[in-house]
Amino acid sequence: MAASIRTLLRVLCESTHNIQHVSRSRIKHSCCNAGITVCRGYSGGSEGKTTHFGFETVPEEEKAERVYKVFETVAKKYDVMNDAMSLGTHRLWKDALLHIMNPQPGLRLLDTAGGTGDISFRFLEYTRLMYDRQQRQRVRSIQTPSWQELSKHYKTDEEGPRQSRAVVCDINKEMLKVGKQRAEKAGISTGISWVVGDAEELPFDDNQFDLYTIAFGIRNVTHIEQALQEAFRSLKPGGRFLCLEFSKVSNPLLARLYDAYSFQMIPVMGKVIAGDWKSYQYLVESIRKFPDQETFKDMIEDAGFLCVQYFNLTGGIVAIHSGFKL
Amino acid sequence: MMLSRLLRSFLTIHCRRSYTVLTGQQHKSTDSNQYNGQLYPTHIPTNPVQKALLAVGSGVAALQNPYRHDMVAVLGETTGHQALIKLRDRMRNDPEGYTILIERPRIRLSTLDLTQMSALPDGSLGREYLRFLEENRVTPDSRADVKFVDNEELAYVMQRYREVHDLLHTLLGMPTNMLGEVAVKWFEAAQTGLPMCILGATLGPIRLSVSSLQLLLQSLGPWALRSGGRARCVLNIFYERRWEQNLDELRQELNIDPPPLSIFQNRKSTS
Repeated sequence: MAASIRTLLRVLCESTHNIQHVSRSRIKHSCCNAGITVCRGYSGGSEGKTTHFGFETVPEEEKAERVYKVFETVAKKYDVMNDAMSLGTHRLWKDALLHIMNPQPGLRLLDTAGGTGDISFRFLEYTRLMYDRQQRQRVRSIQTPSWQELSKHYKTDEEGPRQSRAVVCDINKEMLKVGKQRAEKAGISTGISWVVGDAEELPFDDNQFDLYTIAFGIRNVTHIEQALQEAFRSLKPGGRFLCLEFSKVSNPLLARLYDAYSFQMIPVMGKVIAGDWKSYQYLVESIRKFPDQETFKDMIEDAGFLCVQYFNLTGGIVAIHSGFKL
Repeated sequence: MMLSRLLRSFLTIHCRRSYTVLTGQQHKSTDSNQYNGQLYPTHIPTNPVQKALLAVGSGVAALQNPYRHDMVAVLGETTGHQALIKLRDRMRNDPEGYTILIERPRIRLSTLDLTQMSALPDGSLGREYLRFLEENRVTPDSRADVKFVDNEELAYVMQRYREVHDLLHTLLGMPTNMLGEVAVKWFEAAQTGLPMCILGATLGPIRLSVSSLQLLLQSLGPWALRSGGRARCVLNIFYERRWEQNLDELRQELNIDPPPLSIFQNRKSTS
């Protein structure tokens, strides 16, 4: 029963995609899933509709603004707070994302909600290392080369077939500002661009990117399904969608410890380090409001992605969801 | 949802629920029908573990960066429970202080009639206070709101103490440079006994220059401590109704000696 409904919805979705390329207004398609209780009909407006902002209930229009203010306030201390709250583990999570991504040199990445640029910097570093390694392998495969042949190889491949490019897209200008400063400090000048944009309405044409990532950003989006559709639209056929996000912990003991730590320690740290209790209260509450691994997987499938799978990290505290546009 | 409710009750376990029944339900600024133990609009309920962490964390942060006024404020709120109770009782026992506790006046730019105050004669409290605000380029609105005091009345006492701080500068004639601030802190420590004031009074002199430190230890400090111990509680004065009163007269009424003269010569060299 559920499967047939889902295929019916997918057919409807595909026809909607074909028709609605021009108008990017808020068309909500009905998306009833097992876990999610929000079902939206084909209505144009959203008057009177409410959504969650952490454990609070707010009108939908207000959520984006309030999320903006949260990140505007914490932008300068964002990276410091990440290290403090996760005791450095967020770096391992982001490294794991890159390993699962395993990008080849020369690809285009769209790093949505990329903020301070963590994923993009890692992407550029990874592809650079991969490119160097491929170079060395190429050179090694030539048997008994003369030094002239060697230097010729290095010279011709210097430009590279295509340079890997990362586009950092974020709705918040303060976060992008911090990211740009970090890039300057690290001396990264080429291969990265910073774009202000809304994940629900990306300022890019269709079929542009080989990779789409959204790390710790999608739970702040008001309409997650819309962000997923935009991801589908902007990826090339064969492109990969990757989402790194906090998720549900299955082990009850770990869940208790995690909850105690989240609600007791994190707002305190937020107050002391970043000077803002409420923003970090919102952040830990928003994690609880985000759908669990299976539900989110269904949502990704409904957006049109195939071969969707997820990987739990640190006992389910964080999950990486992956899907392909085929 | 159950989990969130459990967590909320865990967080409010040390809030006196009966107090909310007596004072009436406080409304949050955003409309949410979740009760989480909020006793006043800016209140964030915390349990003892969180308070301890906040106290330690804010202490370290304030020491590292003395310009983080929000950390000094948090330190004061999390460590000042006993001292606030004593202050509140002193206010209750004084007729004017009792009126303040009932009427709950707030010193903000929106509640001050600036044109009327600047028309007051020189030497009056209102005129000197305005002059102090202008010269030092400060505003009473920059005081942080009280967040972590789990009692509505004590939270007001803390807020009043913060808002009276600038008036204290005027009463004591101290500028807002480092030396002036330390002198006022010594006075406040002697008067209120708030741990944050005592900490500020002991650690503040570390950042003073040698000459300022000498001045503090020889004349300014002892004067501040003496006056603080002897003076009437500064929170008991309804300043908003005394703008026209002459400043020297008010000082005499409060039992505050005029500052030692040497501060004025020093002010020109250090500020």
